[in-house]
Amino acid sequence: MTQKNTKFAIELIDVERSFGQQQVLKKVNLVVREGTTTVIVGPSGQGKSVILKHMLGLLKPDAGKVLVYGQDMASMSKRQMKEVRKDFGVLFQNVALFDSMTVFDNVALPLRERTDTSETEIRDNVEEKLALMDLAEMGAKYPAQLSGGMKKRVGLARALVMKPRIVFFDEPTTGLDVSKSNEIYRLFHKTQAKLKYSAVIVSHDVPKIFKLADYVALIHDGEILGNMSPEQFQLSDNPVIRAFVEETMGPIYSSEREERFFYEKV
Amino acid sequence: MMWMVHTVGRFFQKLGGDFLFYLEQAGRMGIFLGACLLSIVRPPFKLGPIVRQMHFIGSRSTFVILFTGSFTGMVLALQGYYTLRKFGSEGLLGAAVALSLLRELGPVIAALMVVGRAGSAICAEVGIMRNSEQIDALECMAIDPYKYLMAPKFVAGILSMPLLTAIFDMAGIVGGYLVGVSMLGVNKGAYFQQMYASVVWNDVKMGLVKSLVFGLLIIWISACKGYFLHLERSGGFGAEGVSRVTTDAVVLSSVAILVWDYLLSAIML
Repeated sequence: MTQKNTKFAIELIDVERSFGQQQVLKKVNLVVREGTTTVIVGPSGQGKSVILKHMLGLLKPDAGKVLVYGQDMASMSKRQMKEVRKDFGVLFQNVALFDSMTVFDNVALPLRERTDTSETEIRDNVEEKLALMDLAEMGAKYPAQLSGGMKKRVGLARALVMKPRIVFFDEPTTGLDVSKSNEIYRLFHKTQAKLKYSAVIVSHDVPKIFKLADYVALIHDGEILGNMSPEQFQLSDNPVIRAFVEETMGPIYSSEREERFFYEKV
Repeated sequence: MMWMVHTVGRFFQKLGGDFLFYLEQAGRMGIFLGACLLSIVRPPFKLGPIVRQMHFIGSRSTFVILFTGSFTGMVLALQGYYTLRKFGSEGLLGAAVALSLLRELGPVIAALMVVGRAGSAICAEVGIMRNSEQIDALECMAIDPYKYLMAPKFVAGILSMPLLTAIFDMAGIVGGYLVGVSMLGVNKGAYFQQMYASVVWNDVKMGLVKSLVFGLLIIWISACKGYFLHLERSGGFGAEGVSRVTTDAVVLSSVAILVWDYLLSAIML
């Protein structure tokens, strides 16, 4: 991945959010640069998905701003938010497919509900996306008849069918084995190269997820640390980042840190 | 003395907390209803989803409505016959059965049947959609969940309920006829003649208005309970959460039907 663009798709400025007495986000500042992949990592329960829900407009901050292409999500009307969300594609952690619809109908849903496209065009578009996900023969099946990996691929096809400018991935490989995870990453890389979307990925899958990232941000104690390239992240002197890297990638000794820089560009 | 002050303090704290919770819930339900009714009149209008919901709420309830309607009419005739016989007024049986059904029992029992069959299913369906992030997915796809999910259910509920009530009333009158005329020997002509003479448009209108209101209440409460499953105080997630809100929806809908039945009767009589 290359760091090619400095225009911001999303900016979080001093975002705060509490649930009851518990403050989950404390002055979160984060930018997602257009056309790049930003990965948010961190231990469970630190608020990764909460950040994602703020970006999607599903939660409103108690304080601070969430700007999507310069527009503040927190102060938008429902109608304005609907317009902004037309640029979004989302792959949910548990995929959120509609169980009573076939795979084809799930992928076709945004086209049918949001556009006046003819059924012929919808069919062509959906079949193209399913073929891109290696699911060409699966259109007539129901989600319950698919494996976990296939469901994720259907979710990705649905997320991409409207050609979004920003795609959000909430734990895209949770519950998948190594080969299925690699398949999702391969499809991510392939589709991003083709459709040129900005991506925000919330993931536990360290260090593998670093291969896809242009920027890595760590959420710790309600704040964002890092948001730097994976190389810089792994070599960071910040004690919290260092502790996280050591915990997730194994102990790294100062003398070995440069050598330990093992991953290759995708 | 101090423990008493603490106990009283805790009591009022809980009372205040409960009051605020129920006030918030009532406000949320009001806003939900407004948003659903607005979504009905906002384009685009699609007939397909409404027909599918009418099939689910209406057509698939027909058998249970026919069955319960018949037996309600039969028991009304049986009880009515022995009461009227004491006064030598068996000929009024048809009028008694028809008026009881049209004004009260038809709309109320049909609505209770629909609560049990369709209301619970709607609440569970919407609740599961909330739990599995399907409603969030709709919002993120810029698809209005009120328009896509709720509007067809509301239209179908409001249209289906009067039709189901009419079927219930008809089945009840036929059931009453079977027991009163065929089994107990009430004169066939008297059964229908007295019915014709006693039932006026206002009786039909009362049943119609009640069934429309009950249709709205059932869908409103059932859908709203499922939609806001995640905001339940006792924690709405998981299978247990869905079962809890479904039970709540059935109980609340049934109580609301009986309360509104009294209010509408008081207004319209």
